Amino acid sequence: MTGLEKGGRATVGGGPLLLGVRHHGPGSARAVRAALDAARPRVVLIEGPPEADTLIPLAAEEDMRPPVALLAHAVDEPGRSAFWPLAEFSPEWVAIRWAVEHEVPARFIDLPATHTLAWGKDEGAGERPGEGVGDGDGAGSDAGSGAGSGAGPGSEAGSGAGPGSDAGSGAGPGSDAGSGSGPDSDAGSESGPGSDAGSGAGPDPEAGSTAAPAADADVRIDPLAVLAEAAGYDDPERWWEDVVEHRGSAEGDAFAPFVVLEEAMGALREAYGSGGHDRALVREAYMRLQVRAARMEFEDEVAVVCGAWHVPALRQKTAVSADRALLKGLPKVKTDMTWVPWTHRRLSRVSGYGAGIDSPGWYGHLFAAPDRPIERWMTKVAGLLREEDRIVSSAHVIEAVRLAETLAAMRGRPLPGLGETTDAVRAVMCEGSDVPLALVHDRLVVGDVLGEVPQSAPAVPLQRDLDRIQRRLRLKPEALERELELDLRKETDAGRSRLLHRLRLLGIGWGEPAVSRGSTGTFRETWRLRWEPELSVRVAEAGVWGTTVFAAATAKAEADALGAQALADVTGLAERCLLAELPDALPVVMRILADRAALDTDVGHLAQALPALVRSLRYGDVRGTDTGALAGVAAGLAERIFVGLPPACAALDADAAEEMRRHVDAVHGAVGLLADVPAPRHGDLRGRWHSVLRVLSVRDTVPGVIRGRTVRLLLDDGELGQDEAARLMGLVLSPGTPLADAAAWIEGFVGGGSGGGMLLVHDERLLGLVDAWLTGVPADAFTDVLSLLRRTFSAYEPGVRRTLGELVRRGPGERRGVTAAGSGIPGFADGLDSARAAAVLPVVRLLLGLGEVTQGAEGNGVDNNLAGVAG
Amino acid sequence: MSVSVEPTTVEATGVLAKEPAEALRPHAEDAFAGELAALAAQDDRPRPARWKLSPWAVATYLLGGTLPDGTVITPKYVGPRRIVEVAVTTLATDRALLLLGVPGTAKTWVSEHLTTAVSGDSTLLVQGTAGTPEEAIRYGWNYAQLLANGPSRDALVPSPVMRAMAQGMTARVEELTRIPADVQDTLITILSEKTLPIPELGQEVQAVRGFNLIATANDRDRGVNDLSSALRRRFNTVVLPLPESVEAEVDIVSRRVDQIGRSLDLPAAPDGIDEIRRVVTVFRELRDGVTSDGRTKLKSPSGTLSTAEAISVVTSGLALAAHFGDGVLRSGDVAAGILGAVVRDPAADRVIWQEYLEAVVRERDGWKDFYRACREVSA
Repeated sequence: MTGLEKGGRATVGGGPLLLGVRHHGPGSARAVRAALDAARPRVVLIEGPPEADTLIPLAAEEDMRPPVALLAHAVDEPGRSAFWPLAEFSPEWVAIRWAVEHEVPARFIDLPATHTLAWGKDEGAGERPGEGVGDGDGAGSDAGSGAGSGAGPGSEAGSGAGPGSDAGSGAGPGSDAGSGSGPDSDAGSESGPGSDAGSGAGPDPEAGSTAAPAADADVRIDPLAVLAEAAGYDDPERWWEDVVEHRGSAEGDAFAPFVVLEEAMGALREAYGSGGHDRALVREAYMRLQVRAARMEFEDEVAVVCGAWHVPALRQKTAVSADRALLKGLPKVKTDMTWVPWTHRRLSRVSGYGAGIDSPGWYGHLFAAPDRPIERWMTKVAGLLREEDRIVSSAHVIEAVRLAETLAAMRGRPLPGLGETTDAVRAVMCEGSDVPLALVHDRLVVGDVLGEVPQSAPAVPLQRDLDRIQRRLRLKPEALERELELDLRKETDAGRSRLLHRLRLLGIGWGEPAVSRGSTGTFRETWRLRWEPELSVRVAEAGVWGTTVFAAATAKAEADALGAQALADVTGLAERCLLAELPDALPVVMRILADRAALDTDVGHLAQALPALVRSLRYGDVRGTDTGALAGVAAGLAERIFVGLPPACAALDADAAEEMRRHVDAVHGAVGLLADVPAPRHGDLRGRWHSVLRVLSVRDTVPGVIRGRTVRLLLDDGELGQDEAARLMGLVLSPGTPLADAAAWIEGFVGGGSGGGMLLVHDERLLGLVDAWLTGVPADAFTDVLSLLRRTFSAYEPGVRRTLGELVRRGPGERRGVTAAGSGIPGFADGLDSARAAAVLPVVRLLLGLGEVTQGAEGNGVDNNLAGVAG
Repeated sequence: MSVSVEPTTVEATGVLAKEPAEALRPHAEDAFAGELAALAAQDDRPRPARWKLSPWAVATYLLGGTLPDGTVITPKYVGPRRIVEVAVTTLATDRALLLLGVPGTAKTWVSEHLTTAVSGDSTLLVQGTAGTPEEAIRYGWNYAQLLANGPSRDALVPSPVMRAMAQGMTARVEELTRIPADVQDTLITILSEKTLPIPELGQEVQAVRGFNLIATANDRDRGVNDLSSALRRRFNTVVLPLPESVEAEVDIVSRRVDQIGRSLDLPAAPDGIDEIRRVVTVFRELRDGVTSDGRTKLKSPSGTLSTAEAISVVTSGLALAAHFGDGVLRSGDVAAGILGAVVRDPAADRVIWQEYLEAVVRERDGWKDFYRACREVSA
C-alpha cells in the first residue's frame, strides 16, 4: 500500500502517475483529462498495442472522428484480428488527444498485438469448446461464425474478433478470443450474465479481453461486482455509475479519484491475486518494463492510463529479470495495424460487436454535456419525440426531470442515472408505453454515431483479403467490361462465383449476373465484370463488416436480414446466402425468415415465398451446401400455407381467384419437390396438402376455378378416383350452379397449365358431362360463358382440339373406351391391323436403343445426362 | 345521486372499522393495519406533507420485505419493482398517477393499497361508469337544504375528490376512460390549478398539500372515451404488465382457481397443475406472439387472453371434470374453453389458432392428448 500512497500524494514526485480507468467510462475520461491537465506529464503511456504508436499522429487529423477502433490483424491471415474501439468518451482517447494537443509523446504499452494475436492462433482449435460457454462476453459474441475455423483461415475471426473486444473494450488484446469461438451469435449478444460480468468489470477490461483462455473462465473474478457487492449494490454497473461516472467534474484534487480506486483495486488483488487473469500477468510484466523504460527517459513525469485493475500490478516493485522471464518465448505472428471507423451501435452490447457498454449515447451525452446533464438529456429526448410527431411540451420535460430526480432520491442515488431517466421518460412522455421508448433507446441511448478515419490510414484488411482471393482465383480487377462464363462444377469457377456473390452482398458491384447463353442449367453462371475505381471506396466502407470477404459478407447478410421488411426480401436473401455459400449467415436468415413467415397474414406472400425457398433448396443441392435448416423452414412455411389457404380462398373476385389458382399450382409443385427432401417435420407433407386440396375442392365458397384446379390436382396424383372426379364435376355442372362458376370450374379443371385437353380425350365420361352441360346452357346466357370457355379450349393443341371435336360430333360417352374398338373415328378402321403396325416396331426399337444390350446401356447413359441437363 | 351515496359510504366505513370480521371484503387499511403500524413505527425517512409513510416505506408496503425489527411485510403487488417506485414517486411529485393495463393486472388493487399506504384511507373513491355525472367528481347539493336555506356550504355535498382536496388525501378514480369525456375534463382544473371553484357560492376549495389522485384505466378495451391530451398531460402513466414468468402466472391461476373451486364446492382435482400449466403456456405464447422457448414467432389473436381468462377456463374445465368426467382435469376439459377464449373473431382467430396447433402443439412432446382434444373441438 505504500506505493499507492506515494501515488496519491506525490503524483510527480514518488513515481509515475498511474491513472486507473474504466474503459469507456465518461467519468474516468473527465478525470483523466483533469489529472493530465494538473500533472502535465512529459509522456503519456496508454494501455494498447505498441504497434499502433505510429498511428497516434493520425488522431490529430481533421477528419478523424471517434468512435474509431484500432484494428490489428495478422498479415497472412486477415481474419485473425482484434479491435480496440475508442469512443469520444473513452479515457484512452482523451489521453491520446491530450498528448497530441500538448505535443507530448504518447505510447501504447500493452503487450504487442504480434503476441496476443498469436495466442489466439494456438488456441484456435484446442480450447474452443469451452469458450462459447465460459466467456459469453469476449468470445461468444462472435457473430455466428465460429464454425469451421480450422478450414476457412480465420474466416470466423473477422467477425469473432470484434465481439471479442466486447468486454475487452479498450484493452482487449484477448479479443482474438473471437477467433474460433461462440458458434452462435445469440450467445454473444444475449449472453446475459456472462457478458454482463465481463463488461461490467469496466476497470478491468481484461475480464473480457483475456477471454481467450477458456479454461479459467469460471475462476476469473469480476472486480467491479465484488466492490459493488461490498457497497451493497446488486448491479455493479450501477455502482460504478454512482461512485464514479456521476460525480460532477472533478473539484479539488484531480488525483483523488484515482487514489481511491487504486486502493480498492489493490485490496481486491490482495484478496484474489490475478483473479484468474493469467495472461494479465504477462501483459502487466510487459507494461512494467515499458513504464520503467519511459521513466529512464522522462524520470517521473510519466502518466500511465490503463485499466484500474492493472494499477496495483504496475505499482508493484518487481525485478526486471523476473518480468523478462515472463515474456520469454511468447508466440509471434506478423501483424499490421490501422484505424477503422466504428459506430456507437457496435460499442453497445446489443449488436454483438459490443465493447461492453449498453448506452454509448448516454455516456457520450454525459461526457459532452457541460452541466445539468439530466435537463439536457430530457430536452434531447423531447426533441426526438417531437420529430416523430409525438406531442411533447416543455411542461413534459419539466415533469420528467422532476420525476427522475425524485426517483433517484427515493432509490438513494446521488444523481438520476439512465434507469431513472428512462423510467421518467416512459411515465411522463411516452404514456407508459415502451414503443416510443424503444425509439429513444435506439436513437439516443445507443445512438447512430458513425466514426471516420482519415484517408491516410493504412488499408483495411478486407482489401488485402480481396487481393489475395483475386490472385488465388486468377480474377484480375479490370476497368474494361467483360463477360465471364462459369462452370460451377469446376473448383476455381465455383470459387469465383462465390466471391462475386459475396461482393454483391457487400454492395461491391464488381460483377453483375447476366443471363446465360444457351444452357439454363443450374451449374452455369454468366457474369458481367467491370471494376470501377469507386469500388475501392466501397471495399473500405465494407471493412466495418469484417476483415475477410467471407466474414464481412456473413455479417452483412445477417444485418440485412434483420433489417429486411418483406418476406420476399428475406427469401431472396436466403437464396443469395446459398449462392454466396455463407452457411454461418444462414441460420440467422432462416430464423428471421421463419419469424416473418409466422407474422405474415397474407397467404399469397407465403405462397410466393415457398417456391423460391424450394428453389434455393435445389441450388443448395447442386452446390453441396447443407440445407437442413432451409428444408425445416420451408416445411414450416408449407404448414402455414396449408392452414391459411382455405380461409384465404373464400370470397374472391375473378382476378384474385385466378391469382390464387396460380399460388395453388406453385405450392403444389413446391410441396412435390419438398416432400422428396428428407428432413425432420416433413412427415406426411404431401398427405396434408392433399387433405387441404380436398377441403378446397368441396367448399362452395371457394371460386370455381380453384375448386376445379384442386380436383384436377387430386385426380392427377391418384388421390381421387375417376368416378369421384366425375361426381364432383357432375355436381358443379348441374343446373343449379351459376353458369360463370361452372365455366370457371372447367377452366380450372382442364384449362391452363394442366396438360391440355388430353384428359377429356381419354375420359369420355367427363367430356360427356361437359358436353351435356354446354348444350344445356340457355341461349341468352351462352355468350356470357363463351369467353371463358374459349380461353380454356383455344389453348389446346390443334390435334387435341380436332380429336375433341370429332368425339363430340360422334357423341361422347357412347363408346366404351379406346381399346374396345367399336365405332372408330371416321376415316379409321374399326380394328387395329397388327401386321401393318408391326412393321414400325424395328424402327421404334432402334430409336429407343433396345436392339442390342450394349447399345441399351449407352442409351440409358445419354438419357440420364439429358435429364440431368434439363434439371 | 351522489348526494345520498356519500353519507352511507362514510357510515359503512365506520361500521367496517368496528367489525371487520363481518365484511365480505375488508378495506386494505383494516386488513393490513398491523403492517401499516409497524412500518410507520420503523419509518424514519422524511415524509411528504400529510403522508402516513415515507415514499420508501410505501414502496416496501407494496413490494413486501422484512423490517429491522423482524416484522414481515407481505408483498401486495408481485411485479417489477420499477413500477411501484415510479408510481410512488409520481405521487410524491404531486403529479397525478394513471395506472393502465389490461383487465386483471391488479390496477385497482395497486391503487387501493397506494392510497392506503399514503393517506391511510382507501375509501375516497369515484367509480367511473358511462353514467358518472360531474357531481361525482366535483360536488352535489342536498336539495332539501338548498330549497329551505338557499345555497350555502351546508347544502353542498362534497365528492370524494373534493374531500380529498380539503383534507390533503389521495383520491381514487376507477375506470377513468369509461367516464364521458366532458365529465373527465372537470379533472383538468383540479389537477392543474389544484383548486375546485364553487361558482354558486363564489367560493373555492383549494387543495391542501398532500392531495393527489390515482386513476385507473383499461388500455385494451375498445369503445372507451380516450383522455383528452390536456388531461393526459397531467398524469404520469404507469402500465401494469401481465405476469412476467410462466411460474408466476401458474401460481396466480392455481391459487385463484383453488379459491373459486372451494366457493363453488367443486371437488378438488388431484392432478390439475399440469393442465393449468398447459393453459397458461398456451395463453402466454399466443399473447406474446412467441413460443416459450423463444424460437418460433406466432400471430396473436384479437382476444386479451389475460390471466383472468385463464382462470375462468380452468375453473370451467374443473366443473366439467367434476360433473361429467372422472374428476381429474384432462385436456379435453380445457380444450373447448381455450378455443372459446382464443377464437374471438371467427375468421382471423381461427386461422391463428390452427396455425398454432399445427406448428407448435403438434410438435411438442407430451402434448399429444392436448393436440387431439383441440383438434376435436376445433373441427
